[in-house]
Amino acid sequence: MSYVTHADLGGQPGYGPVTPEPEGELFHAGWEPRALALTLAMGATGSWNIDASRAMRETLPNYRNLSYYQIWLGALEQLMLQRGQVFADEVATGEMRHAAAPVPRVLHAQNVPVVLAKGSPTERAAPGPARFAVGQAVRMHIGKADYHTRLPGYVWGKRGTIEHVHGAHVFADANAQGLGEQPQWLYTVVFEEAELWGDALPRQNLSVSVDAWESYLQAAP
Amino acid sequence: MTGPDHSHDHSHDHSELGEMDLRVRALESVLTQKGYIDPAALDALIDTYQTRIGPRNGARVVARAWVDQTFHDWLMADATAAIASLGYTGRQGEHMVAVQNTDEQHHMVVCTLCSCYPWPVLGLPPTWYKSAPYRSRAVKDPRGVLADFGTVLPETTRIRVWDSTAEVRYLVIPQRPAGTEGWSEDELATLVSRDSMIGTRHADAPAAARSAA
Repeated sequence: MSYVTHADLGGQPGYGPVTPEPEGELFHAGWEPRALALTLAMGATGSWNIDASRAMRETLPNYRNLSYYQIWLGALEQLMLQRGQVFADEVATGEMRHAAAPVPRVLHAQNVPVVLAKGSPTERAAPGPARFAVGQAVRMHIGKADYHTRLPGYVWGKRGTIEHVHGAHVFADANAQGLGEQPQWLYTVVFEEAELWGDALPRQNLSVSVDAWESYLQAAP
Repeated sequence: MTGPDHSHDHSHDHSELGEMDLRVRALESVLTQKGYIDPAALDALIDTYQTRIGPRNGARVVARAWVDQTFHDWLMADATAAIASLGYTGRQGEHMVAVQNTDEQHHMVVCTLCSCYPWPVLGLPPTWYKSAPYRSRAVKDPRGVLADFGTVLPETTRIRVWDSTAEVRYLVIPQRPAGTEGWSEDELATLVSRDSMIGTRHADAPAAARSAA
């Protein structure tokens, strides 16, 4: 096991209260909107996919000590360093010292509205018939994957019920590793609180759902 | 790289650029010199999320659903198409699902793995949505999280938390406040807050003066 994610926080103890903030408050430092825009603009070059960028963010060793846009910026630098698009001396000085590596495309200002409005839909043609149906009981895999995965730890091995079938979508685990899209059926699976949290807590009259690809699931008679 | 953003310490000293400002400027400069980015595109991206795309979009979706039963039914059956009909499409909203609060069931949305959020209708996520306290506690202690927002639900109201672990994005339709009979769609939209569409608050109650009008 070499892959370590620091992002899988669901159900983890030890974090304090949530601090609400006013609706208009988007940024907390002057560099933050620039870091956001740099990330979106480089993402739009097509040099990597969103799953690869999430994998880079969640594996930053100091993830838990960084602010949100520090995580974005750190991952952006690493993705470009990996691809030879920038070099450490350039990041340090702000001066170009090595030839540019080609990128598939460049996002120009006049194309921003259409690119954002188009987005990147992940639904794909189904690879075959769906294996599970609404109302069916399923058990989630024990998900200790040695790569980026979207199966959170708090549902590993838990029994849930299929509530919705979303069609086939790009499989994040494969896409993050550069193995292609490998689309799979995607399901909403709902869990009762006793299954997730046992009797350790006062009951909250709660159910929780996740969206899970077919290979995360097995039938649970 | 140092710990959390320290710019708050210097927030009134604009003469001195902080470490993060310098780092971002350096990166932008290199990427521009290499031809990977168009600096004007950065300005356009920032302008888009500061002035064009934000929770007022979602508020219009909710207000329409409150006054127009046909739109409401379309939204619940195919949120992606219904929301697109109002012009709100695209990045981080490619596959939308709307869920509706009632007396019996209250919906709340989280992304425990990162910060997945419906950008075309709510804009950029607030810091708290991306924070460890919210992501860790929303799926286990949602009533505690709601209390942090001053929201108290009856014990008989079932709570349903949606963890956005794939590319499906969720929009909560809060309950229409009492005392808004006869209100126009535009007036109703003013009662719909960002937090109410994530599910951490109710829609705002009408001020006494307005409900009397």
